[in-house]
Amino acid sequence: MARIDLVDLAQSYSGNDAPLESFALKPVTMTWRQGGAYALLGPSGCGKTTLLNLISGIVTPSRGKILFDGQDITPLSTQKRNIAQVFQFPVIYDTMTVGQNLAFPLKNRGVAKAEVDARVRQIADLLDLTPYLNRKATRLTADAKQKISLGRGLVRSDVAAVLFDEPLTVIDPELKWQLRSKLKALHRELDLTMIYVTHDQTEALTFADTVVVMHDGRVVQSGTPAELFDKPAHTFVGYFIGSPGMNIVPAEVSGHEARIDGHVIGLHRNYGVLPAGKKIEIGVRPEFVDVAAPASGLLSATIERIDDLGRIQFARVRVGNTKLAARVPPGFSISGDTAGLIFNPANVHVYADSHLVEGGA
Amino acid sequence: MDKTINQKAWFLVLPVFLVVAFSAVLPLMTVVNYSMQDTFGNNQFFWNGVGWFKELLDPSTDLGGRFLASLGRNLFFSAVILAIEVPLGIVVALSMPREGWSVAACLVILALPLLIPWNVVGTIWQIFGRPDIGLLGYVLNHLGLNYNYVSNEVDAWVTVIVMDVWHWTSLVALLCYAGLKSIPDAYYQAAQIDGASRWAVFKAIQLPKMNRVLLIAVLLRFMDSFMIYTEPFVVTGGGPGNSTTFVSIELVKIALGQFDLGKAAALSLVYNLIILIVCWVFYTVMTNAGSERPVKQGAA
Repeated sequence: MARIDLVDLAQSYSGNDAPLESFALKPVTMTWRQGGAYALLGPSGCGKTTLLNLISGIVTPSRGKILFDGQDITPLSTQKRNIAQVFQFPVIYDTMTVGQNLAFPLKNRGVAKAEVDARVRQIADLLDLTPYLNRKATRLTADAKQKISLGRGLVRSDVAAVLFDEPLTVIDPELKWQLRSKLKALHRELDLTMIYVTHDQTEALTFADTVVVMHDGRVVQSGTPAELFDKPAHTFVGYFIGSPGMNIVPAEVSGHEARIDGHVIGLHRNYGVLPAGKKIEIGVRPEFVDVAAPASGLLSATIERIDDLGRIQFARVRVGNTKLAARVPPGFSISGDTAGLIFNPANVHVYADSHLVEGGA
Repeated sequence: MDKTINQKAWFLVLPVFLVVAFSAVLPLMTVVNYSMQDTFGNNQFFWNGVGWFKELLDPSTDLGGRFLASLGRNLFFSAVILAIEVPLGIVVALSMPREGWSVAACLVILALPLLIPWNVVGTIWQIFGRPDIGLLGYVLNHLGLNYNYVSNEVDAWVTVIVMDVWHWTSLVALLCYAGLKSIPDAYYQAAQIDGASRWAVFKAIQLPKMNRVLLIAVLLRFMDSFMIYTEPFVVTGGGPGNSTTFVSIELVKIALGQFDLGKAAALSLVYNLIILIVCWVFYTVMTNAGSERPVKQGAA
């Protein structure tokens, strides 16, 4: 149980002298508080597994420090750090029974037998593994094996954090839901810090209270699912989270107005004069753009197709060369292939070189 | 769908049938034929029934005594070299580098002894161990050890065993190394996380994952050592006395030395049968190991 601080932590697999741009993980400073449920979210190759392996000690950082409760543990080996980690593919000790598998991390640390038994029984109970305790682990199915791996990660009560590296990849979609909610329940019950790596936004948003979005070796935003949705700090967060992702449109912004192809869109906040030479874009989620009948005051767009998601319809439209998605209001029927777009000013954000610009009042 | 019936297809099988007949069935039948007869040369044969087989299994006769003694020596030899080569091969495989240029170097060095022909290995050790001109024999004697594989039984055994270990440990090591390389990194990482000691990693991960290759290694080394002929023949010629005379050496002595074709034929049939049985046992064990179906976990 500990607070974990990362101080200027960075990792390069091609040596410390390599240019910073080639680092698998660019310097990051952040704090993981005790008892939190975190998700590391990002596409493949964005450095999330590297970050996880740095925390667990499988990889030694090229730069920076890791502190557990203020104590520098960077030079310590994995065995000496109090970390549990669950891997993408189930790791099972073939010769052992399910119970012995679960007891393995405790036995290696010389925990008393009675305590081992009690703890193994508790974890087996939580994961519905009790009927299999005396069975050889090799004979079980992939998801049962992954449950054992999860169990081995959770069985130690003294760990600083439990790290999950896309643990549900091998699980059937139906069981995925079950296991994810089980993990969430375990998190509440065991009061452990959990860090969960995934590239699946649903998984991240449902599991974590804080989601850390990574892109190209950088942490681009960390916040609650609502924050990430309502106020993406980076255009990447905008289109990576949400389905469909945020519309990012090149625009000219000054004061309370954004200009797209000469058409003016009102903004909720005042942006004054933005620094010259930067790429200015506005971002707005499809949920906050409505399709309407073409009218003179509206930005006109060409409709390319309609995606019917059942409860909601999104129109895929084009303005000039920019593609956008927009909500089709219930009851609105589209005629022809042009439409006007109505923006909800409160939800239009302005980005300079992909980073969010905070507007004034 | 109607099957086309064409009896001419049998002619296509004929070449293989003939080759197998001439290369395996007919020679084997000749041996079976010889094993029932006795000859005093001049191509004159006398019917002996199962007489040779009875003698073979009766230690009080000359043939039985020689056969059973050499069989005992052979089994002891196989047991000793297995007991040395398997653990040693595992240790070598474990201490080999896992990546980098040194992997290739290690593999080449390990493969070298395997590439040397049997009689050359024998010659190498025959000369290496000679007290007068061999490096090993000379040095040992110079150090005060009275080592002479020509006159001392123990020295002869030690030489033959060390030679076999030198020649074949690489095979076990290479097989084990292949088994080790197939273990995903995640297993080692998980073991680190679980706080496993080096010994626990070996016991819980490496040994179980090497299970199958080890079985193959044991099978290959057992068969090879049980059929060993060339190397001990070149080094010791089966001596001193009969102390390193293994079954195959005894067989050649009887067949070519004494030209007792009947006895030799009976002996080779029994020898062959033992090898077949051992092969079958290994095969059964190997195919049954870990073949049990996974148990489906019920709904949670």
